[in-house]
Amino acid sequence: MKGKLKGILEEKKPAILNAWFTVVAESYAEETAKFLRRQKDPFANPVGRAISKTTEELFDDLLTGPDYETAGIHLDSIIRVRSLQNFTPSSATQFIFSLKSVIRDAIGKDIHESGLEKEMVEFESRIDQLGLVAFDVYMKCREKVYELKSNEFRDRYYNAFRRAGLISEVAATPNLDKSNNMTKAP
Amino acid sequence: MAEELPTPEELISKGYKPPKTAWMDTPVNIRKGMYCYASTPKTVETLGLPNPRNWNPLDDDWQLPDNWKEIVFEGLRERLDKFRSFKLFMDICVRCGACADKCHFFIGTGDPKNMPVLRAELIRSVYRNDFTKAGKILGRLAGARPMTIGVLKEWWYYLFQCSECRRCSVFCPYGIDTAEITIVGREILNLLGLNIDWISAPVANCYRTGNHLGIQPHAYTDMIDFFCEDIEEVTGVKMEPSLNRKGAEILFITPSGDVFADPGTYTAMGYIILFHYLQELGLDITWSTYASEGGNFGFFTSHDTMKRLNAKMFAEAKRLGVKWILGGECGHMWRVIQQYMNTMNGPADFLETPVSPITGTCFENAKSTKMVHIAEFTADLIYHNKLNLDPSRNDNKIVTYHDSCNPARGMGLLDEPRYVINSVCNHFYEMPSNTIREQTFCCGAGSGLNASEDMELRMMGGLPRANAVKYVHEMHGVNMLACVCAIDRAVFPALMEYWVPEVDVTGLHELVANALILPGEKKRTTDLRGEPLPGVEEEDAEE
Repeated sequence: MKGKLKGILEEKKPAILNAWFTVVAESYAEETAKFLRRQKDPFANPVGRAISKTTEELFDDLLTGPDYETAGIHLDSIIRVRSLQNFTPSSATQFIFSLKSVIRDAIGKDIHESGLEKEMVEFESRIDQLGLVAFDVYMKCREKVYELKSNEFRDRYYNAFRRAGLISEVAATPNLDKSNNMTKAP
Repeated sequence: MAEELPTPEELISKGYKPPKTAWMDTPVNIRKGMYCYASTPKTVETLGLPNPRNWNPLDDDWQLPDNWKEIVFEGLRERLDKFRSFKLFMDICVRCGACADKCHFFIGTGDPKNMPVLRAELIRSVYRNDFTKAGKILGRLAGARPMTIGVLKEWWYYLFQCSECRRCSVFCPYGIDTAEITIVGREILNLLGLNIDWISAPVANCYRTGNHLGIQPHAYTDMIDFFCEDIEEVTGVKMEPSLNRKGAEILFITPSGDVFADPGTYTAMGYIILFHYLQELGLDITWSTYASEGGNFGFFTSHDTMKRLNAKMFAEAKRLGVKWILGGECGHMWRVIQQYMNTMNGPADFLETPVSPITGTCFENAKSTKMVHIAEFTADLIYHNKLNLDPSRNDNKIVTYHDSCNPARGMGLLDEPRYVINSVCNHFYEMPSNTIREQTFCCGAGSGLNASEDMELRMMGGLPRANAVKYVHEMHGVNMLACVCAIDRAVFPALMEYWVPEVDVTGLHELVANALILPGEKKRTTDLRGEPLPGVEEEDAEE
């Protein structure tokens, strides 16, 4: 990204990030939002840490260029948490789109006065793109949870059957001409 | 995932915001992935516990007995009279909030009702309403509220989102132990038949066959035989462990998870190898297929159930005529032994104060329980230079250590496991100080929450622990998480796969056995898992 808008965004970065953090924090209950903001220790407050770190990384990703692969990696650390928490898929990822209004609140006047509407719309379409990446990351995390669940169920019953002597190895080179039954009798 | 989607208007607003209602006015929302399946009537009946029936947490009607309020009231009154600690914990909390952000479930879920203070308030508010003058007169002004179906469901939902790990109690200036409040709360829920299947089924199994998995003696013996075959393949040495042997000096009791679930099975193989090694040095030890469970899910049901399951330890020790008991790597088993056993089923006057037959060390700390933790036992062996160890066999493992909650906070077992790891491994790194030792973060699935259907809850509860593991993985290349608890070994593989997939999980004695040089062993080329030992592949390539 080049031009005047980038300069303004860089200049207002601390204020924008602060407001963006607040939007994400306020998607939690009031007491939780206070904690997410107050506790700075990354091990006592891993979610707060993930929010502040990821929002800054994503903001830089948007400024430096559309490398959505890297942005996906950055998104992972926050979506991985929110995909588990008490959010719908849309409310889990909505904070990305909220960046638009956060920026307009912070530098809307500058955009209007400097005639940067076109640049801003272009920048906002990057945010939309980031939102699409978030869908992929969200689904990847959900699928992993389902996979972990099903694997644990499978292993539990597999082991129970194995212990009961009901499982046999599948023959390495089954003779399909003679029989379709590829497993030995228990 | 919540079921309701936001409206388009909500979507284009600045950001999603939850409703701002006071906690008493925020109704419980029972969400899939956050709870374990309900107990089945069969398992509740096996124990003779009240109100067995089919019920579903998602149903409006939980099929409660008509007089359920009376049962809760009487249950609460009985326990307030019986447990002075519980009465104190109900009265003395000043809601300072020191515990509020210390719970892994609060940190992970972001749900304020998982703040230990608020979780306790769920019960305390009813206590105030029915048992205190202020509450009776001032009602909500005094923090009181009447018992309703909604409150009962809230109790159930959040009391089964507490793993009784006691991290919060470390930070409470009054020493309030929220785990004790959860324990009593669950006990009252059990009066209404409101247990979870992941607890009631193991308890019923254990009551019937002696272990949570319901394994009968012949199957238990088979598994030990399988281990011996595997060990012989790796080491070339034939193991001959004894089971149910009367007259042995020591009885060994470990969680059944070690015998039947990977990667705990490698820890069980570690015990067998260690005991074999020590046989010539004078160890006279037996396993038991009856006291075949160290864990005690009765602890998560009620004091009486815990007592009934625990009794088999002493009964078997008496039957076999041993002098003392050696305990394996387990979590809550040690809290039961350390803090409850002696007054429940003890004192075990027929046993002797444990003395190591190899080093002569008298375990004065176990004078009362007559049970020694195997990490202490092995640390003592190493301290007295009794084990021939080659730690380089573990050189491909860059290890960190998770203090399992109950051994750490429940019995102060902090340095012995570290001493052992540092003796059998060359690469060990600690996680950050506010995540280990007394401040250790729970695995997120203790106290019977290690089912699969509550995977979301487990992943969130385990987040603070996984976050610290991730840090040492990125800083030091840690690839192995060691622990001394069977539930840890059962749940960490999934937790790591979600948060830090590069890290594997091991028990302490798997590491010990890898390093232990057995007399007469063949040249070892693999570890107990069949993975090549460090340097072996390079040697093969040179040849």
